[in-house]
Amino acid sequence: MKERFQRFIHQFGLPRLIILSFFLALLVSAYFLKLPLNSLVSDTLVRTGMNGVLVLAMVPGIHSGIGLNFGLPLGIVCGLLGGLVSIEMNLIGINGFIIAILVSLPIAAVIGYLYGLMLNRVKGSEMLVATYVGFSAVSLMNIAWLLLPFHSPEIKWPIGDGLRTTITLTGKYDKLLNNFLDFKIFGVMVPTGLLLFFLAMCLLMFLFLRTRTGVMMSAAGINPKFAAATGIQVDRARIIGTMLSTILGAVGIIVYSQSYGFFQLYQAPMMMGFAAVAAILIGGASSHKATLMHVIIGTFLFQGLLTVSLPVANKIVTEGNLSEIARIIVQNGIILYSLTKVSNGGD
Amino acid sequence: MSEPYVLSMQDIQKDYFGNKVLKGVTINARAGEVHALLGENGAGKSTLMNILFGMPVIHSTGGYGGKIMIDGKEVQIKSPKDAMEHGIGMVHQEFMLIPGFTVTENIKLNREILKSNVVSALFGKSMKTLDRKAMNADARQAIDTLGVDINERQGVSGMPVGYMQFIEIAREIDKKNVRLLVFDEPTAVLTESEADTLLAAMRRICEAGIAILFITHRLEEVMAIARDITILRDGEQVAALEAAHTNVMEIAAMMVGREIEAMHSENRDVTKTPEILMEIKDFKVQMPGEQVKGVSLEVHKGEILGLGGLAGQGKIGIANGIMGLYPSTGTVLFKGEALPSSQPEVILKKGIAFVSEDRRGVGLLLDSSIEDNIVISSMHIHKRYIKKYGPVTQKNTGEIRDHANRMIKDLDIRCTGPEQPSRRLSGGNQQKVCIARALTLNPEILFVSEPTRGIDIGAKKLVLDTLIKLNRDHGMTIVMTSSELAELRSICDRIAIVTEGKIEGVLAPNDSDANFGLMMSGDYGKVIEKGEAIR
Repeated sequence: MKERFQRFIHQFGLPRLIILSFFLALLVSAYFLKLPLNSLVSDTLVRTGMNGVLVLAMVPGIHSGIGLNFGLPLGIVCGLLGGLVSIEMNLIGINGFIIAILVSLPIAAVIGYLYGLMLNRVKGSEMLVATYVGFSAVSLMNIAWLLLPFHSPEIKWPIGDGLRTTITLTGKYDKLLNNFLDFKIFGVMVPTGLLLFFLAMCLLMFLFLRTRTGVMMSAAGINPKFAAATGIQVDRARIIGTMLSTILGAVGIIVYSQSYGFFQLYQAPMMMGFAAVAAILIGGASSHKATLMHVIIGTFLFQGLLTVSLPVANKIVTEGNLSEIARIIVQNGIILYSLTKVSNGGD
Repeated sequence: MSEPYVLSMQDIQKDYFGNKVLKGVTINARAGEVHALLGENGAGKSTLMNILFGMPVIHSTGGYGGKIMIDGKEVQIKSPKDAMEHGIGMVHQEFMLIPGFTVTENIKLNREILKSNVVSALFGKSMKTLDRKAMNADARQAIDTLGVDINERQGVSGMPVGYMQFIEIAREIDKKNVRLLVFDEPTAVLTESEADTLLAAMRRICEAGIAILFITHRLEEVMAIARDITILRDGEQVAALEAAHTNVMEIAAMMVGREIEAMHSENRDVTKTPEILMEIKDFKVQMPGEQVKGVSLEVHKGEILGLGGLAGQGKIGIANGIMGLYPSTGTVLFKGEALPSSQPEVILKKGIAFVSEDRRGVGLLLDSSIEDNIVISSMHIHKRYIKKYGPVTQKNTGEIRDHANRMIKDLDIRCTGPEQPSRRLSGGNQQKVCIARALTLNPEILFVSEPTRGIDIGAKKLVLDTLIKLNRDHGMTIVMTSSELAELRSICDRIAIVTEGKIEGVLAPNDSDANFGLMMSGDYGKVIEKGEAIR
């Protein structure tokens, strides 16, 4: 019995067990504080689905050897561009969602390619460089958002030049995936379409990693010297990984935004890379090893913690508006913890 | 011999975790004489020196047996500092000089001559200034002893390698109490004329009454300068000779000679004109530490060709260069076609496979399963073991599993199953996985580098048997690079010895020990020139 228990802990990983216990403890205290458990669980499911694809974007980066893609904002701004184009074209429903993705794909592919070329020149310090590439991309796009020639009144400020900071999707494709085939069980709203889309993307990634290209890309990431001796072009594999990561970042932000109900421009994408990195690390990945299970478990735990801890904290300490402070402490605390796990994984 | 020895190491024994690396070695060095210490890589020379210098690695692994006497008195050397206090100095192979300092400053480093001044009178010793004049004079004297023309005030950076070597030596002889100097392959990095100057300098050092322990593999130099010679082989002292009573060939034979296990059942008929499978012409490879400086060689169809030689001489670089892993120049013709340089993919596609000497670094994906390791090259190069759905491909798990199981059976890989990560296997079985991957490519010619490095004796034999079987049963041409001459002689049809980045010569496995020894030390050509030849 003891042995089996130890093996279970070893397989699941002690850190994940601790975080899971903390999550469950929060749920229990939420129950005693008379918080609406069913809506907390619904929120957790929604947030898992909406962030999942962004976290999945870490996988090709890790497999191809560039490590954790802190430069995710680069992909995110590509996705935002695609989204804006779909609104400019005044498309609604599924058409708008699909056009948003289709427009952002080639942009993200080109940007990802160039980004990959750059990462190939800074081998060994990709993660640091990527962080600042992400920051720079956001700042550069701040200028672009002011200058881009969009005309739709939903996108532009009513007075003056430039685009709005948040652009509503109401009447476009707000909650398109969330509401697809959703159902209620024990008072918990299950966003079926959103979760299905996330799982479908995971399945595609699973299949890709089993293609010849995928296998070679992973080999290049695990052991570049081995790959070179096998005739694999390591730099090319890294570019493929970077492109895929950037593309998934673009798709991810569109999925995120349709669930959130708004496109957020300017500073909003700045820290999104960190949240995605933290989620996959909590799931048990490291900078050189990541599986789809890490993505799913990590996203659920990270978002679950965020969702449940805030109302609980607010309930316990009622004075003032604690929610924003608690959010920052919890989110950055988790990121800090998971960054200590970069090199050797979550276990 | 009654005269007292400066250094006498008596019956020195050392084992690392039960593995005996020194089996009773005795060395007696006389004042004012050069004592040469010879042996192949791994013969135990460096272990002996580590003991002499009291290196921590010796004491942390249980110390040594035997005794060390200096001037007839037994001493305990527990740390390099002890060794220095007993007057033992070492001239390092890698230079330990500070580039920004002048020659004098390097020579007097940490032994600076100080003089008092006003400030030091007030604030104490640490404020004393350097007495540059006295330091320069000391440095000058040390350099003059060596008989080289170096300005003691010049900066060290940018000096030719040979000069640095002399500065290193000058630093040692400037130490006033030095009694014994160890020269560890000092001529390896020097040009011929520099080496001659060095030998002259060594003679002068001896005239000052200092004993020299000379470690080298250049036999000519030994004959020119040494009085006594000690030869080590596999941790055993094979001989203690006087240079006057021996010759290069005898020494060479003693260095190499060992019983050869006859694995070779039928030596092939090599007299009939062989078909040339690969022709290498003036081939140069930029591989750090294993530079190839112009090799010309033919590989015959269906043979096992051995590439031997000492470490660092370039034998490893040849296969790595042909496979395109390091930049190379020169021509390699494979079945009459020229191979491109630095394009491993093209070369693998032509039916040339390679088992790397760096098994864990280059040879394996340690955390991947055995089956993935076996098929991955073939998947990439021949697009085999995949299923196609239009433009989309998928791993063919069934076919991979079948093939892996067959390989595991054929090569007798001991594992829990094809899904076991290759990290968990023993060295010999990991090697077999590497060979299995190369075989999956169905190569016409297989390059194998150091196939038995770091694996135990039983596994060694299995790996070698596998190679012989591939050659005999499947007619595969094999080029095997190995540091272990005995191993090459037991399975190869021809053995090319690589010395200083070039082919010194090609021998048959049953050639005399002396010839092998001479070739490995690079003295073969010189001996032939002198007409002392052999056979």
